[in-house]
Amino acid sequence: MGKRVGTYTVQFDRPVLIRGRGSAVGQEEGKGPLGGYFDQIAQDAMWGQDSFEKAEKRFFMEAAKKAVESAGLGLKDIHYLLGGDLLNQIISASYSARDLDIPFLGLYGACSSMAESLCIGSMLIDGGFAQNILCATSSHFATAERQFRYPLELGTPKPPTGQDTVTGAGATVISAEQGDLEVKSVTVGRVVDFGIKDANNMGAAMAPAAVQTILSNLEDLNADPGYYDAIITGDLGIFGSDILLDLAGKNNVDLSGVHKDCGKMIFEGMDKNCGASGCGCGASVLNAYFFKKMLDGDLQRILFVATGALLSPTSVQQGESIPSIAHAVHIERRAGK
Amino acid sequence: MMDYVNAFWVGGLICVIGQLLMSLTNMTPARILVTFVTAGCVLTALGLYKPIVEYAGAGATVPLTGFGYSLANGVIEQVAEKGAIGIFTGGVMATAGGIAAAVVFGFLVSVIFNPKVKK
Amino acid sequence: MNIKKKQEIGNYNEYVKETMPKSHTFSSCIKAFLVGGLICTIGQGVSDIGKNLLKLDEKGTAAFTCIVLIFFGALLTGLGIYDVIGKFAGAGSIVPITGFANSMVSPALEYKREGYVLGVGAKLFTIAGPVLVYGISTSVLVGLIYFILNALGVIQL
Repeated sequence: MGKRVGTYTVQFDRPVLIRGRGSAVGQEEGKGPLGGYFDQIAQDAMWGQDSFEKAEKRFFMEAAKKAVESAGLGLKDIHYLLGGDLLNQIISASYSARDLDIPFLGLYGACSSMAESLCIGSMLIDGGFAQNILCATSSHFATAERQFRYPLELGTPKPPTGQDTVTGAGATVISAEQGDLEVKSVTVGRVVDFGIKDANNMGAAMAPAAVQTILSNLEDLNADPGYYDAIITGDLGIFGSDILLDLAGKNNVDLSGVHKDCGKMIFEGMDKNCGASGCGCGASVLNAYFFKKMLDGDLQRILFVATGALLSPTSVQQGESIPSIAHAVHIERRAGK
Repeated sequence: MMDYVNAFWVGGLICVIGQLLMSLTNMTPARILVTFVTAGCVLTALGLYKPIVEYAGAGATVPLTGFGYSLANGVIEQVAEKGAIGIFTGGVMATAGGIAAAVVFGFLVSVIFNPKVKK
Repeated sequence: MNIKKKQEIGNYNEYVKETMPKSHTFSSCIKAFLVGGLICTIGQGVSDIGKNLLKLDEKGTAAFTCIVLIFFGALLTGLGIYDVIGKFAGAGSIVPITGFANSMVSPALEYKREGYVLGVGAKLFTIAGPVLVYGISTSVLVGLIYFILNALGVIQL
């Protein structure tokens, strides 16, 4: 068990490299402050398809293809596709896998799916089971609203803690062979449930899971928050981020200097209540913005912590509380690059 | 003219009750609608809603409580005229126009249009 | 590291309730009042047209008003305007009968891809169904009580 560090963290002793990255987002996300970083911006929510579900699959496909292309590989060079989305039975990922024709392991971790894919993919690479692995996740505002909330045309106001699901997808190719960024360690999270029942308050439901995973990672690596240039949560949103800092503070850890949240950043300055959510949020911002910043040398070491609310429409209607999870992926820029 | 002023403030006030329920108790739109129809029915049966309708006109009949008012009013009239069978026929008879319109217009609009993501 | 020890679950819900951003109850009530009032005023206008121009009787006028408002509620939903009004007005556009039309059309539109029978046909009633179930059931109960009271001679119909 030489690879295990501390109680929950796994450190890799063979290089697990980030070789390719791709992202595709909707028009609204394209108009936000990060708009210039994304590889592709769709002209509308349907993106030439005849249903929102097919549109989401197109976002998944475009991001995945772009990541493989930027890795300088062909689809046949990819040994596994790991990924998922928010829809029932993760259809966006499954239908994409049908068309990509890559051996596929479908994953569901709600909005934590990107980090979950990277965790498992890195282990497979380090274990020598694969040379190149594609990790991808997607989400779509219209499909998620329908499944988890109300019909689009229903005239009901959004509560102030509500977050808008990101329309978009992000994909990463991790490789044993080449790449300038390296996955050093991962911390797989445990499910935390603090009893929040309001499906319009995901940030509050997920923040404790994020805190627990971040603290576990720091403890296992015997590091303080300053060890990382940035600790990036996926989609806690504005209110969830406030809780994160507060809860971490109560555990005597000050994250305020290093914490960033993709859900806050993607719609910053736009009228979106508490920001963004969805698998596609963390995935697209990580691949488009943070990897770019790392490759440019602006960031040396980051911890990507994607959080997921593991609810279902059925569990919400039956009045169950919302269990949440967070996985952490520790990524560094390789020395001398 | 007074008809319009009364319709405005009474109708507005009934909506404010709905808004308070939504803001303070997190009620969903579906529950608001069900509660208002049922409340309209019960208030009418107790004789409390008719005076509001007489005073405010559309201000009391346009909100969903007015739908409840029509249901209860219809059933009471039919029971008086037809006896026991009116228990079952009265409510739907009085609201038949609205229900049929809602079904048919709802269907037509759904067939013609598609949902949109707002910018 | 286990953070559950640091903060008990019961406290957390209270903490979240205290710190979460609140909706502005007062301003949303004002908006609901204005929009709801306006829809009712339009209803009054429609009803006057029915009564004075079309010479309908009392019941006819009520049905006419109801049908016209439902038509516009459904149409504005289809055009994608009603939910924009709803985001502003809250209950102001949910409580009027136009909101009932919106609650029928919006799920039907959303599930149209699943076909005309189980998509449009069934989903028209996701919210309207419960309204009819509880409305009609209550009216039958009212009828039953009136019938019994009448038979017992407690009230005179």
